[in-house]
Amino acid sequence: MKFASEFRDPKLARALLSAIAEKADAIGATREKPVHIMEICGGHTHSIFRYGLDKLIHEGIEFIHGPGCPVCVLPRARVDECIELAERPEVIFTTFGDAMRVPGSKKSLIQAKADGADIRMVYSPLDALELARRNPDREVVFFGLGFETTTPSTALAIQQAAREGLKNFTVFCNHITVPEPIKALLDDPYMMLDGFIGPGHVSMVIGIHPYDFIAQDYGKPIVVAGFEPTDLLQSVLMVLTQIEQGQPRVENQYGRVVPENGNPVSLAAIEDVYEKRPSFEWRGLGEIDASGLRIRPAYRAYDAEEKFGIGYAVGRREVPEVEGCACGQVMTGRIKPTQCPQFGKGCTPETALGALMVSSEGACAAYWQYGGARSAAE
Amino acid sequence: MALRGERVTLAHGGGGRAMRDLIEEIFTSAFAPPGMEDQARLMTDALREPGARLAFTTDGFVVTPMEFPGGDIGKLAICGTVNDLAVGGAKPLWLSAAFVIEEGTEFALLRRIVATMAHEAEAAGVRIVTGDTKVVERGACDGVFITTSGIGVIPASRDMAASHVRAGDVAIVNGVLGDHGATILAARGDLALSSAIESDCAALGHLMEAALTAAPQARAARDLTRGGLASALNEIAEEAGCGIVIEEDALPLRAEVVGMCEILGLDPLYLANEGRLVLFAPEEQAEAALAAMQALPEGKGAAIIGRAVADHAGQVRMRTAFGGTRIVDMLVGEQLPRIC
Repeated sequence: MKFASEFRDPKLARALLSAIAEKADAIGATREKPVHIMEICGGHTHSIFRYGLDKLIHEGIEFIHGPGCPVCVLPRARVDECIELAERPEVIFTTFGDAMRVPGSKKSLIQAKADGADIRMVYSPLDALELARRNPDREVVFFGLGFETTTPSTALAIQQAAREGLKNFTVFCNHITVPEPIKALLDDPYMMLDGFIGPGHVSMVIGIHPYDFIAQDYGKPIVVAGFEPTDLLQSVLMVLTQIEQGQPRVENQYGRVVPENGNPVSLAAIEDVYEKRPSFEWRGLGEIDASGLRIRPAYRAYDAEEKFGIGYAVGRREVPEVEGCACGQVMTGRIKPTQCPQFGKGCTPETALGALMVSSEGACAAYWQYGGARSAAE
Repeated sequence: MALRGERVTLAHGGGGRAMRDLIEEIFTSAFAPPGMEDQARLMTDALREPGARLAFTTDGFVVTPMEFPGGDIGKLAICGTVNDLAVGGAKPLWLSAAFVIEEGTEFALLRRIVATMAHEAEAAGVRIVTGDTKVVERGACDGVFITTSGIGVIPASRDMAASHVRAGDVAIVNGVLGDHGATILAARGDLALSSAIESDCAALGHLMEAALTAAPQARAARDLTRGGLASALNEIAEEAGCGIVIEEDALPLRAEVVGMCEILGLDPLYLANEGRLVLFAPEEQAEAALAAMQALPEGKGAAIIGRAVADHAGQVRMRTAFGGTRIVDMLVGEQLPRIC
């Protein structure tokens, strides 16, 4: 195992910070007129705060936290449907830990578990498969969740289940894709974005070309970035350089992990198992065309929506957001977490109204956990 | 050998001969409490000192798996209670041990757990003087649950409390952080991670005694169990009404633990430890306390990690390796592994 210490080298970080400052000055970025850079991925948001980059970086750079946390963008209706599945007596519901605390309209999975639902945290969909093998008299449902990063592993589990002919394993598929919501944000006339930090782990699967439209059609720079502090700083510098040169393009800072054309094995598994849904609802963004995946008819036996008659199989359910909860505005970068009237008052990690405060990749959780909010207020 | 079969049955909790056999063959023969009746009657010279005080603590132990690299539930039950007493400045003396045993538990497992407990108690200089056993139906508990209570004596000269920590005091930990939490995660076997990490589980009575001899004015100590270093520091900051700053560079962390945390999206500062403590000592005594700890096996990796400060009262902050600062908050609920 190789560790990350070289990407946290203070000397390198200082050199990058001063290069960023020089570049920011050169393009006239100031606190009053900042360059807005959106980091799409929640993992980047957390790195920014975990390493205090928000306070170290030039005051003319403003990070806008994007919709790249798959738990945060899940509408409450889908969380409710998870809980309904989990509460069926024959079901063992399996999920990544992230999703346990996310509030639905009545409760979260963690509360449903306390109420008696058989909900198990797993680290991989293959763990859910193993549970299905060991419990042939129960229905094991896996909560398939996440962007292109986690989509292939769910696909592999479905392919494996099909090979074994397992009859008691299904996936509640909530896999979503990154390029479409970025397009939705760029089409929004109120968004004032100057550039993007692209998601590293998603790009490891899909490569960098799905983002070509950002530079070609919208004229904005995008740099696919790693998650270490120097990765992020170098990516900011690359975005600023593109702005200075007036030549927007897609660049790959995370070349040690991200192949330009993605991972062919993962892409083949995705292509085999899923097809695009006509549209999918996103919390804060509404319905976005072709932004979600469903299981292809060939694998219908493994689709929990079909098997249990829930979700899009029977029609979309309208569940309004909690009154006063501004998750949607935070996720689209319209306001900072601290500008939400509920932040730190009605909404804390213990009393979360929305997913952004409890997901490990949520922007509000990052502000709260690492004190961006509280130390900025001083 | 009157115990028959290989496993505990409900009859072993029924109050009759089978229960007596279980208690005598597995528990009292290992713990050898003096004149076993339903209570222990205790005497020690330490209590004769004018101003000496009793310390009393209790803790329940539940862990899956019950045996793991570096220890088992029995070792945890002894060390946990000894450490609760030790960090309050008490010399741990006597323990009780109550067992809730699931029907079907193997006698061999019980014997191993009890042997560990007897060994750890002897090494820590404490005696198990009373106890209890209950057998519950299969499914009513997960294997074996153990509750230990402990009594110790605090010498008159000592008065440790989190509220005594003052700005300028130095924070010392006795070794690498997070090994126990990481070991249990890996030992559960659902991570598909192989790891050579062992639990840090250890009794810290002797270490505290050495540290307090070297630094008699030490203000407070906490063992870093659930919630890890981050939670302990937050509690101290809150009770002392001062701020705490720790240095990321100075934190003793094993590369394997950091790596595992990276993969799972966990923070090692919140991982549980079972043989680690943080001690706050006035600056002029800090080096002596550090050296005293480092001289003992359970303090070999001891390090100064930060200090109490006058500003941002009640808050813990970390200076990151390249000069950023972030708040180290209390953990909410349990750390949950992330999606990607």
